[in-house]
Amino acid sequence: MTAAERMIAASARLLEDNTTVFVGTGMPLLASVLAQRLSAPGLLLIYEGGGVGGRPQGRLPIQVCESLTYRDGVYAGSMDYVMALGQAGMVDYGFLGAAQIDPYGNLNTTVIGPWESPTVRLPGSGGGADVASFAWRTIIVMAQDRRKFTPRLDFMTSPGYLTGPGAREAHGLPAGTGPYRVVTQLGVYGFDPGTLRMELLSAFEGVRVPEDIQAASGFEIPISRQFRREGDPTAEELAAMHALDPAGVVLGG
Amino acid sequence: MEDTRFAGGDDRFRFGFEDPDAMRALRRKKSRARVEKLTSLAEAIRQGVKPGSYMALGGLGEIRTPMAAVYEIIRQGIGDLTIATKGSQHDWYLLLAAGLVTRIDASYGFADEIRGLSAPARRAVESGRARVIAETTNAGFQWRFKAAAMGLPFFPARTALGTDTLHHSGSKVIEDPFTHRPIELLPACYPDVAIIHVHRADRFGNCQIDGNVMEDMELSHAAKHLIVTCERLIPESEIRRNPERTVIPFFMVDALVEVPYGAHPGNMPCLYSFDEDQWRIWLDASLTDEGVAGYLANYVHEPGNFDGYLERVGGLARLRALERIEAGLDPYPPVATRRAAP
Repeated sequence: MTAAERMIAASARLLEDNTTVFVGTGMPLLASVLAQRLSAPGLLLIYEGGGVGGRPQGRLPIQVCESLTYRDGVYAGSMDYVMALGQAGMVDYGFLGAAQIDPYGNLNTTVIGPWESPTVRLPGSGGGADVASFAWRTIIVMAQDRRKFTPRLDFMTSPGYLTGPGAREAHGLPAGTGPYRVVTQLGVYGFDPGTLRMELLSAFEGVRVPEDIQAASGFEIPISRQFRREGDPTAEELAAMHALDPAGVVLGG
Repeated sequence: MEDTRFAGGDDRFRFGFEDPDAMRALRRKKSRARVEKLTSLAEAIRQGVKPGSYMALGGLGEIRTPMAAVYEIIRQGIGDLTIATKGSQHDWYLLLAAGLVTRIDASYGFADEIRGLSAPARRAVESGRARVIAETTNAGFQWRFKAAAMGLPFFPARTALGTDTLHHSGSKVIEDPFTHRPIELLPACYPDVAIIHVHRADRFGNCQIDGNVMEDMELSHAAKHLIVTCERLIPESEIRRNPERTVIPFFMVDALVEVPYGAHPGNMPCLYSFDEDQWRIWLDASLTDEGVAGYLANYVHEPGNFDGYLERVGGLARLRALERIEAGLDPYPPVATRRAAP
């Protein structure tokens, strides 16, 4: 069982049927199409290049603008159109990766080190900050370690709950939106409704709680009262995800 | 506690902005005449792209991007460019790798999505050869172009509020007089020049695009100077028979060039797929400065023009193969992703 297989299965289980998801390429897309195949046939994929509802065959899209994103789909539009859909409240799930995350689910995908003279230059916001601003529920899928789970981001690219309760609304972000789940190789995190800080909802089999969780985080992560074990990918999930990515572009070779 | 809600960005981070009345005056002088726009690629680039220009390229990611025009800019060595990286990838990485970009107005750059982080783009910025001058989001650029296309000084949005992205943009945050909540005002962006690759155009510059238009409706109407390259020239009658298909009308277009396969090695929706063989070659070459120089020499400088480039990447046989993939007649080949640096 690989970390990628666990993360993709756990991510796919989060997506409800007959909802919309704004996806980027890589793990978010693989998880979304997996959900579509297994549990959420009515899940509608929206891509920032303007494609809506495509049903890709042959391989998964490798770019959010390519023609495969709307092949056998319902709409081939524009960035203006799909971003407006998001801002107007039509996007249920946003699905993002990140290099760093803080306890409030704020994300860094811009730089490691100072912005003026970065040690590592990352892609930047792209549509990430838009998705994190507009989607009702944002899911973050990323690898976890002490540097990535940090109390202080090098740069806040995309808004999570900012500084805590009320902050998103106070800054003018659409009401009722924000980070929903964080999926890593160790488990699935949510956000405490009172503090809006990250908490552990479930851990994969074999992960020691709280030792392994805490050892891989630069901030303290409380364990939710609803804590449970996250089941490993089933044979059906594994077969379906490998059928979608036979070359291992996302799952690894 | 300090109220940071209205901090916004500041003028240091505002690029591509112009007074809307000055831009109206420019538009007033723009010819409405239905005249021939067709020219050569070399001439269109020479006339339209000046050293120091703020430039935006059409398409998005590695789809329908004006690669033939990019190669020509590199051959002509037009430098000191500011690039709007509006979801941009291979097009501007090549310009950057060729040493022609000094300033980057960034939303997405520095990676090729699933192919991995862009080694030469990262080297350029991490070494200080080029500088990121501002940040925004993909919707941010889209709506900055939309403001310019509409003759407005700004476009309101509710994205990235409270973030460092917004702080490093030229956006302002004010109290919305209707809801009394903070609202972001994205400054209009008028690129000095935009280059857009389309499927078809008539010789006056009426353009049709198949598939998603991405940002090109707004970008084409925001730019001060618009160069269009097209896969195929069509008679004006074909435009007039289906005017609802026109995305960019002739009066916005300053120069038009017919360049079949002009988005190679990217995807041209409904026509040809990514050239994964060429991607493999580029991704391996891009790991070192020497590799990049060799790639530019081999595929851009030595061929002398785009026809020579197409021959060098495999000519008609190769291009036909890419067409068969896009048409669904042949399977997709393995995806080229970046290998680790040596």
